[in-house]
Amino acid sequence: MDAQALTPETHYIRSEPYYEPVGDEIAIFEAAYKNKLPVLLKGPTGCGKTRFMEYMAWRLQRPLITVSCHDDLTASDLVGRYLVKGGETVWVDGPLTRAVRVGGICYLDEIVEARKDTMVVIHPLADDRRALPMEKLGQLLEATDDFCLAISYNPGYQSVLKDLKQSTRQRFVALEFDYPAPELERRIVANEAKVDPAMADKLVRFAHMTRNLKGSGLDEGASTRLLVHAGKLIASGVDPVVACQSAVAQAVTDDPDMLAAIQELSASLF
Amino acid sequence: MTAPLTRDEIESLLDDWLEVEFTFHQVGPVARALCKLDRTDQDFVLDWIKRVATTHITLAFNFAKRAPDLIQRFDKRVIEAWAVHLCDTYDRAGMYAALDVAAAVGNFMQQRHEQAAGALFEDSAPVLGNFVHGLSGRKLKLEQGESAWTDGEKIVLPAIVAAFESRADNFKLTKAMAAFLWAQTRFGSLRSDTVSVCADFPDPVRALAQFHGLETLRLTARLARELPGLHRDLRRLGGALGDRLAEGWAGLAERLGDHAEVEDSLALLPDAWHLPDFIPLSYQGTLNPEAVAAARAARLEKEKARLRVKLAEMAEELRRHKPDAAAPDDQPPRFEAASDESEGQLDFELTLDGMPVAPPDDVKQLLTSVFLDFGEIPPEYLVPAGDGEYDPGLYQDQASDPDAVWQGTYHEEGALFYPEWDMGRQHYRKNWCVMREKDVKPLFDDFPRRTLDKYAPLVKQLRHRFEAMRDENRLLKRQTQGDEVDLDALVEALADARDGSEMSDRLFMHMHRAERNIAVAFMVDMSGSTKGWINEAEREALILLCEALERLGDRYAIYGFSGITRKRCELFRIKTFAEPYGEEVKARIAGIAPQEYTRMGFAIRHLSKLLNDVEARTRILVTLSDGRPDDYFDAYRGPYGIEDTRMALLEARRSGIHPFCITIDKDARDYLPHMYGAARYVILDDVAQLPAKVADIYRRLTH
Repeated sequence: MDAQALTPETHYIRSEPYYEPVGDEIAIFEAAYKNKLPVLLKGPTGCGKTRFMEYMAWRLQRPLITVSCHDDLTASDLVGRYLVKGGETVWVDGPLTRAVRVGGICYLDEIVEARKDTMVVIHPLADDRRALPMEKLGQLLEATDDFCLAISYNPGYQSVLKDLKQSTRQRFVALEFDYPAPELERRIVANEAKVDPAMADKLVRFAHMTRNLKGSGLDEGASTRLLVHAGKLIASGVDPVVACQSAVAQAVTDDPDMLAAIQELSASLF
Repeated sequence: MTAPLTRDEIESLLDDWLEVEFTFHQVGPVARALCKLDRTDQDFVLDWIKRVATTHITLAFNFAKRAPDLIQRFDKRVIEAWAVHLCDTYDRAGMYAALDVAAAVGNFMQQRHEQAAGALFEDSAPVLGNFVHGLSGRKLKLEQGESAWTDGEKIVLPAIVAAFESRADNFKLTKAMAAFLWAQTRFGSLRSDTVSVCADFPDPVRALAQFHGLETLRLTARLARELPGLHRDLRRLGGALGDRLAEGWAGLAERLGDHAEVEDSLALLPDAWHLPDFIPLSYQGTLNPEAVAAARAARLEKEKARLRVKLAEMAEELRRHKPDAAAPDDQPPRFEAASDESEGQLDFELTLDGMPVAPPDDVKQLLTSVFLDFGEIPPEYLVPAGDGEYDPGLYQDQASDPDAVWQGTYHEEGALFYPEWDMGRQHYRKNWCVMREKDVKPLFDDFPRRTLDKYAPLVKQLRHRFEAMRDENRLLKRQTQGDEVDLDALVEALADARDGSEMSDRLFMHMHRAERNIAVAFMVDMSGSTKGWINEAEREALILLCEALERLGDRYAIYGFSGITRKRCELFRIKTFAEPYGEEVKARIAGIAPQEYTRMGFAIRHLSKLLNDVEARTRILVTLSDGRPDDYFDAYRGPYGIEDTRMALLEARRSGIHPFCITIDKDARDYLPHMYGAARYVILDDVAQLPAKVADIYRRLTH
């Protein structure tokens, strides 16, 4: 089978993504969308922010355009730039511009990774102006009512350099995400990784053990996503201790003592 | 092969090293024994005699007496370890203890044998420390001791576990002990007043042992449910070591299965009393009710105070956010807590006036700890503290006054320990330097302003230069990718294409933004020898430096160092990384006053540690001193101090820090290249240059 090539505008999510609501986040997002307010998703990595966006895109039937931000992302990367084609310069829209044009949902993942000057271009889109200035074209692109801007950010980074500026964050409706409660997380792991409930239960317990280590050597405990990874390996016949080591421990730390400790934890549990 | 040394040659060496002229040590027999060895062994032993002699001559003599015999029986590595152990013991506990170690050389060799396969505490501790934290409950500390026991706050494990042939199994057994002791805290063994219950029996000691047996069975069953993998290890290890139950105990084990609590064990104690003595299992450790009671007594009041104060803070916080909250202001806030143990995790649901609230992590920790003491959260713990109800000393972790420890008897409370490189021994002296951070007494005078006036033109120039360094944004032309089309390049490329030659793909301009990401620590000499001009120059230099750095936006810290003997190494906080540059910092710079001596190693090591805790791409350590390291009546004078400083700089370099040294000692060029080996350095001939130079050196360093 060939990989399917989609342009961002046509990236509609056709079938319902699996999503377990934690609180009233769906209602809040819908209300924000209706009122044309941008949304900020806060929470640790791998707790379901991106899945939530896919779910909302499906629910609202809008195309979802995701941009993973990195520290070299410039404003032109979002808005667009001139390229050279056959001796002529041609304007090419960036993902943000495309989303505005088609009235899609533009999701800027891990926005703090982007440089501070880049973040500023979203400001006019994120308040009641809802317009994207395209300086190089000398145009102002006004968003339709369908357009929605969402950004995500992980407040757990203890870095002064990676904090969201007040002028940015105060434009958004904030939704806070955290790891789901044990009961829910068990259900998610069982459902996503296709493991039996007893194994899901042990995986969730294991996750809690690593989360206990947050602050005493780990920056972040095991996320739900990592649990699902480990569960999938286990479902394919990998030994649970090995699966936890490869899918979880190695993913959260490089420190040999910590790796050994996590190995001992999983060896004790399974 | 070189010929062995003769007896006379050896004797004359020993005469010299052991100062026989004064000490009258009988080196004759040693020389006689040594002259029979081959040259390699001779050299090895003699080298170590010499090294130990730099620590203490008597110790070296005791080493020398035994070494010729040992070298024929043991590996050189083991003998080296023994020699280092001798010196360490001397450092830590003095001559008598060291001589005991020397006399008990047989034990040491036996232990070394065990160590080959044994699990050493120092190796297991980093792993098991995290392991225990990962399990739920109170955060228990690990400590080394004679046997395995816990007081509910720390887990004590023996220095070495060597019950098995293989190191892996020995580690598993150590882990089993740690997990089992954790279970005592987590599942309530320490909650009951065991001592008074046992006192009702004719032989309280036996009663305690039987109780311990019951608890061992109960916790083993608990672990089987909570941590099945660990339980499998317990059975395997116990089986291999011959763990078995005495007659009649199997029945009790059944009754303590599954969901039994400590109360069930206590209820069964009369039955157990009539059974034969419980045979201790290999992993159970010992019970220490006195230590448990002492730790608990110290903890209870403090945690009650802390919890109640925290709850009061939470209540106030929540009310401020919801002015229209259900409860009117005159009614005190009412907290309730329900514990949830169902997931194998301890979790708490906290409600305020019936509304669920999310407790912050520290409150959760407190609730956990209180729960472990009582098996519930007693209602009186949930009453928020009133204003001024508690003395803050009770619930705040107080940093003890670094000066207070010098009044009265000497102790090392609250200090950090750093090793020091002993060149004679060619080994580190462990925990040798007792280091404390102290504050510089701020001096609010017109010094900063005077300095700025005095150097006004220079300040202006520095600000200007540093500002220019701030953003090194460069527009890079002719790039393959970029934000904008580079028209010059495009025109040229099109012309090339018409011309028939190959068209370049470098058609774009890219704005390159180099963000500075530098953290720098300045370490300033505050020894007595800086008195006068040098001190003045240092203070001026710091003021100018701060002015310049503020323009640049690099994160920086300034510490002064001084000390007298290894027991009193002091670092003076002038500006920490987190602190902004303001009046207080200026006053502290003004307040820098010459103190005592120049022990440098500890300061470099401590600042390296602080630097490595800061997030930055580049870390720089700049030392500013007036000459060679020196200390009061101490070996630190001379080559020893130079070697230690050199070693500390090498360590810093290895950890990814760029050390740079500025020295004002013009007579000392001979040793500097060696001492600063790993670092780059600059020597200033004239003190007066210092203020003008320091900022400039920094600028060139980071440009």
